[in-house]
Amino acid sequence: MNELHNCETCPVHNVDNLVKLGINMDKYDFVVALAGNPNTGKSTIFNNLTGLRQHTGNWPGKTVSRAEGGFKYNDKSYKLVDLPGTYSLLSTSTDEDIARSFILFGQPDVTLIVVDSTRLERNLNLVLQILEITDRAILVLNLMDELKRNNLEIDVRTLSKKLGIPVIPTEARQKKGMTELLKIIDDICSGAYVCKPKRLRNISPRIDAAIEELVKSLSERFPDLLNARWVAIRLLEGDQNIINAVESGEIGRLKSEAGSSAQPKLQTI
Amino acid sequence: MNNSEIIRKANDMRWDIGETLHDTVLESIYKEAADISNSTVKSIGDKKVYSFDAKLDRIVTSKWLGFPIMFLMLAVVFWLTIEGANVPSGLLASLLLDTIHPWLKGISASVGIPFFIDGLLIDGAYLAMAWVIAVMLPPMAIFFPLFTLLEDFGYLPRVSFNMDSLFRRAGAHGKQALTMAMGFGCNAAGVIATRLIDSPRERLVAIITNNFSLCNGRWPTQILIASIFIGTLVPSHMAGLATAGAVVGVALLGIFLSLVVSWGLSKTILKGEASAFSLELPPYRPPRILQTLYTSLIDRTIFVLWRAIVFAIPAGLVIWLVANINIGEMSIAEHFINWSNPFGLLLGLNGVILLAYIIAIPANEIVIPTILMLTVLSAGMIGMGEESGVMFELDSLQDTALILEAGGWTALTGISLMLFSLLHNPCSTTIYTIYKETNSAKWTAIAALLPIAMGITFCFFLAQIWQLVA
Repeated sequence: MNELHNCETCPVHNVDNLVKLGINMDKYDFVVALAGNPNTGKSTIFNNLTGLRQHTGNWPGKTVSRAEGGFKYNDKSYKLVDLPGTYSLLSTSTDEDIARSFILFGQPDVTLIVVDSTRLERNLNLVLQILEITDRAILVLNLMDELKRNNLEIDVRTLSKKLGIPVIPTEARQKKGMTELLKIIDDICSGAYVCKPKRLRNISPRIDAAIEELVKSLSERFPDLLNARWVAIRLLEGDQNIINAVESGEIGRLKSEAGSSAQPKLQTI
Repeated sequence: MNNSEIIRKANDMRWDIGETLHDTVLESIYKEAADISNSTVKSIGDKKVYSFDAKLDRIVTSKWLGFPIMFLMLAVVFWLTIEGANVPSGLLASLLLDTIHPWLKGISASVGIPFFIDGLLIDGAYLAMAWVIAVMLPPMAIFFPLFTLLEDFGYLPRVSFNMDSLFRRAGAHGKQALTMAMGFGCNAAGVIATRLIDSPRERLVAIITNNFSLCNGRWPTQILIASIFIGTLVPSHMAGLATAGAVVGVALLGIFLSLVVSWGLSKTILKGEASAFSLELPPYRPPRILQTLYTSLIDRTIFVLWRAIVFAIPAGLVIWLVANINIGEMSIAEHFINWSNPFGLLLGLNGVILLAYIIAIPANEIVIPTILMLTVLSAGMIGMGEESGVMFELDSLQDTALILEAGGWTALTGISLMLFSLLHNPCSTTIYTIYKETNSAKWTAIAALLPIAMGITFCFFLAQIWQLVA
């Protein structure tokens, strides 16, 4: 399953389908976020898709604020947002705040979670946390060349089934896997592919009961809230940013209908 | 239930659940991640994962070899830059200064452009720009790709790893080693890079001390002066090595002072403990040579060069003006030089150098041409270089050395200049960047004034001790 297929002969493949827009993106149909651990290749993918030259480098933490660019694929235009790399979305540092707030409040139409395939287990910690917040995500299994170099193999199909989201193997530095990635981004944004992400259940009976009760109140107050469970857990943990967002009602203004192509509201963070 | 009631409910429940929720949630995430990973990842064969990386890391981050390897890499990069830049610099100089400049003068004479416009534009602005290109472009075109290759390979985090304990003992953040490394390219870039430090206290320490990283604009000064006053002390086949050694020495002094000042700040105005952080050592990756060359050329070389040119042009105008507007018998430049010379001598420098540093605040790159021009002017060496009041390039080190010696320079002047070049206020771009990043006039002022106060102190004591011993 680790082979990257040569897709030149496949009907899906058409280089003309991708138009790199650089920073020219006054109008866009969809917003795509790039999240992931530090130094997994988010900026490299960003550059591949937008044609921009965001500085890339082999050290963690080089993207210090978020970068934005655009591309066009199959006549739809996309805005791509490169977020700083983080290890989790739980504790609060500036980086994690920027990343989390964007995924939560920026309401991207799809979030690409870029992982280092040679360090899957540790990367999955962040993946699972992101899947608690958003429904529509793609796991980008990057650095597949290094995986092979280290004599490892990943069962992509099983991984995709367990996570409930599409998994795309890539070698971003060699620009491999980008066509497949674009295709699946298109599928998710258009509603052709519906994700059923893995959610954490059954933490402990007492905690579960508390969460459930809070979810009920939250859902009554904010009927559009998709990730009520995650918000409930954050409230129980005393996460100040989320408490503020509930207090002000901001959290309830986040509408998220699958397949909606309305221009998402981007809030300043 | 309204918003506040929901929060109150959550707060009540939090007391009920106790403090274990955070850990429990984390644990269940970790367990899930481990389960999924175990069922999907398998290894083929029995070769250990990352055995090459682990072996290499044991060497480059080892207790005994880590630092020597780091210094050696630094020295090799500098040496390649110094040796490699010589020839293209000469070629560019002969093209821009010896060929195009006279040609422009010829055209302007034949069209009959008034002397002050000709002087301002061709002898001032054009020459300043041409000099900056000739001196800056070749070393940058060599240094930046080398640096970027090291970065792409994954060496920078190892540097940070090696330096971490030193910075922590100085009360600073371990990531300061990374921002310091960026400062070796450009201090303004280094200051922006401090954003990766979360704690405001440690970030300020990193910003204030970034200027101790010898930036790109200051190497030409270091290299030229080291070649004249240190390279000539040893046999000629050793000159390149001795020069590189001296420049590395100044760079190391910068690192040392950066640690000392960080320590001082952490004990006084920026009191606090160093915060812990985890730095992942990324796997080594084979650098992509062509792409690295391209991006480092476009993103770094052209960017920095462009900035230098933008600042060099107005500075060239100013130089021409102060050298050509007379008050009484002397030009403004000569008045200032004569007036500040005694103070300069106290520091082992001279009035020319002080004036050059004031004119060159916008860009460190133009310090040397300004010094040479002002030296010729004040020593009345008509006939050397070109006409006085014109910034010129000298074809050989010997010519430069002759002019400086005629201007009263000694080995002390050279060494003091190298020291002062390390320790003076940041360039105007960096100062502006510091202001933008800190949003505080107070910290900007401290970052600008602290190094120059240190420079004056160091140079003063060096000069006094030198005169006692010599």
